Amino acid sequence: MRMLTFAKRCTKEILRDPINLGFGLGFPLVLLLLLSALQANIPVSLFEIDKLTPGITVFGLSFMTLFSATLIAKDRESALLQRLYTTPLTGADFIAGYMLSILPIALGQTVICYLFACCLGLTLSVNIIYAFIGIIPIAIFYISLGLLCGSIFGVKQVGGICGALLTNLSAWLSGVWFDLELVGGAFKKIAYALPFVHAVEMEKALLIGDIGLATPHLITVVMYTIGIAVVAVLAFLRQMKKQ
Amino acid sequence: MSAIKTMKLVKRYGELTAVDGIDLEIEKGELFSLLGVNGAGKTTAIKMLSCLTQPTEGDALVGGFSITKNRIDVKRLIGVSPQETAVAPNLSVKENLELICGVHGFSKEKAGEKIKELCEQFRLAEIFHRRAGKLSGGWQRRVSIAMALISEPEILFLDEPTLGLDVIARHELWDAIRALKGRVTIMLTTHYMEEAEALSDRIGIMKGGRLLTVGTADELKRRAATDSFEDAFISVVREGGV
Repeated sequence: MRMLTFAKRCTKEILRDPINLGFGLGFPLVLLLLLSALQANIPVSLFEIDKLTPGITVFGLSFMTLFSATLIAKDRESALLQRLYTTPLTGADFIAGYMLSILPIALGQTVICYLFACCLGLTLSVNIIYAFIGIIPIAIFYISLGLLCGSIFGVKQVGGICGALLTNLSAWLSGVWFDLELVGGAFKKIAYALPFVHAVEMEKALLIGDIGLATPHLITVVMYTIGIAVVAVLAFLRQMKKQ
Repeated sequence: MSAIKTMKLVKRYGELTAVDGIDLEIEKGELFSLLGVNGAGKTTAIKMLSCLTQPTEGDALVGGFSITKNRIDVKRLIGVSPQETAVAPNLSVKENLELICGVHGFSKEKAGEKIKELCEQFRLAEIFHRRAGKLSGGWQRRVSIAMALISEPEILFLDEPTLGLDVIARHELWDAIRALKGRVTIMLTTHYMEEAEALSDRIGIMKGGRLLTVGTADELKRRAATDSFEDAFISVVREGGV
């Protein structure tokens, strides 16, 4: 109950920031629209709606890292968190509160992306539900990354690292914008060592209903999610103790 | 039983000793002020007593519970208004108060009653539905203190509660603090001599992490052989105790 009160507060703080709404929800939709329009004029298989939607949906989740990191960094820099540390809220309440507050936003964004993609020609099928379920570990990965960054960095650093660096890394190394096979070499190896391309490939596979193809990517994503979540929890508890 | 009892409380940050072996007893319902120049250790002392930071040595009992061993029990008894205004900026005043009620596990009915009571006590009606981050510093401070009080704390820590307020807002806040005297044990830190003199039952003066002296405002003036409390404070700080 205490944790849910805190989570509710975090959700309100995020949703009442118009920049968050603009970037988090608006930007992925604009990308879907523009790239679909581009594909209609200059056909590129990468930008076909059934291949584009999973990529844009995953890319949109990188903003969840920015949201959670900014919220936590702002809270740390304000005295509000200090006040809340003097209440019966425990470390677990804070961590769960931060994470659970953003998860519905991430899932909501995914639903909106897929609905919008259906308007642009994506075939409505049960596979969309599989893709939606598959997005959960990816969302937790991005939110945990935000918890980690927010626990380590200040508000300004978070803006640079999560707002610029991570969103670019997440885009470039995910194979959404260009085929990684075409680049090849070290770039491709690095991309496949990180979870972003696996998240996109998993979503693409789920959207065509190929669970077998999705499974190895899911394993990589889940391993990264667990790893980042553990490090994030430790980092948050450490800063909590320091404060 | 004392509301607060510290036993050789020490806090060190590396080479720096921020609080150096404080022994202090504060009675239930007492308003105790901690005075001192910047860096005297007032805020660190409050942070330890409100379980925000662990002491390096020593211990303290807050409401009979150890700040090192029974932190959750201590947290159930206390309210804290930090030095900086501590409000959730994108939440309305009402939502800020509801947040604190929620994290203290109040029922909806009890939260409603407490919010109404605090709203009247701090005259928050006109700003009740406005976002806290859009309020003036004075209003934010008032909301921040109302948030500290809404959990019905037995012991209230106010860290420089009137810092940055204009004279009217300050006096209004003094009235609100006076109204709590006797019911709630209050420990406040301040830089304003007149504030300490006007509000406190007893005053402690700190310097370099040490508690130099404790007494009523009159006792401190008498010991320093001065007519004004400010002169008594200066005398204590310069001479290192009276």
